[in-house]
Amino acid sequence: MKINIKSENGTAIAVLNGEIDHHTAKMLRTELDKFVITMQPDVLAIDFSGITFMDSSGIGLIIGRYKLVKECGGQLEIRSPQPYIRRMMVLSGVERIVKII
Amino acid sequence: MEILNEIKFTVPSLSVNESTARAVVSSFIVQADPTVEELSDIRTAVSEAVTNCIVHGYRNSQGNIEIVVRIMPNREIYIKIKDNGCGIADVQQAMQPLFTTAPEEERSGLGFSVMESFMDRLTVKSRVNKGTTVTMRKKLSVHGS
Repeated sequence: MKINIKSENGTAIAVLNGEIDHHTAKMLRTELDKFVITMQPDVLAIDFSGITFMDSSGIGLIIGRYKLVKECGGQLEIRSPQPYIRRMMVLSGVERIVKII
Repeated sequence: MEILNEIKFTVPSLSVNESTARAVVSSFIVQADPTVEELSDIRTAVSEAVTNCIVHGYRNSQGNIEIVVRIMPNREIYIKIKDNGCGIADVQQAMQPLFTTAPEEERSGLGFSVMESFMDRLTVKSRVNKGTTVTMRKKLSVHGS
């Protein structure tokens, strides 16, 4: 599991690569929270194009980051999930609270 | 009932074994020629069930997770995932969408809902302090290959 975060003009893009499950979600949560609390971005966009697997641990990860980013005055976006990952987002209802592009 | 092929394996309840279980089940099932979507559905359901064993069954302890996968006639896949952990007092409540006893770990409470949605049949049997057994079945589509 890899994460690479770039920030420019208040927008941060976190590019994820690998599989999201309960095991890898812990590391992602730590890295993303550290960045959000330190940098307070206006927008945190999480790029899912490199995610090849996600179970419901990924939904918990998204909802947790949605709450944190909102508390810090920003917005969360999800970008480019593969169709199968998007299906999980739709099933969970997370697409009703987080913008998926 | 005739079984065309079967694999049984046991992993300790370490979170790193969530991906191990998915990988072993996937590579075994490939011989039944599932579609990409069917394989993804099964991998996800297995991941949810194994995670439940680790996060809930063996919450404050460690134990073994037993996994059985069978390829049945008529392209049916049978999967049994068993722990000897704390068990579930109220299975019906645990199966309600969004119900979780581990919010501090950001568990979404969707594990059983995902298993139900992605597989054709789901059965959960549990006894407090004895453990939980989840069985799932999915019939693979017939496609040209």
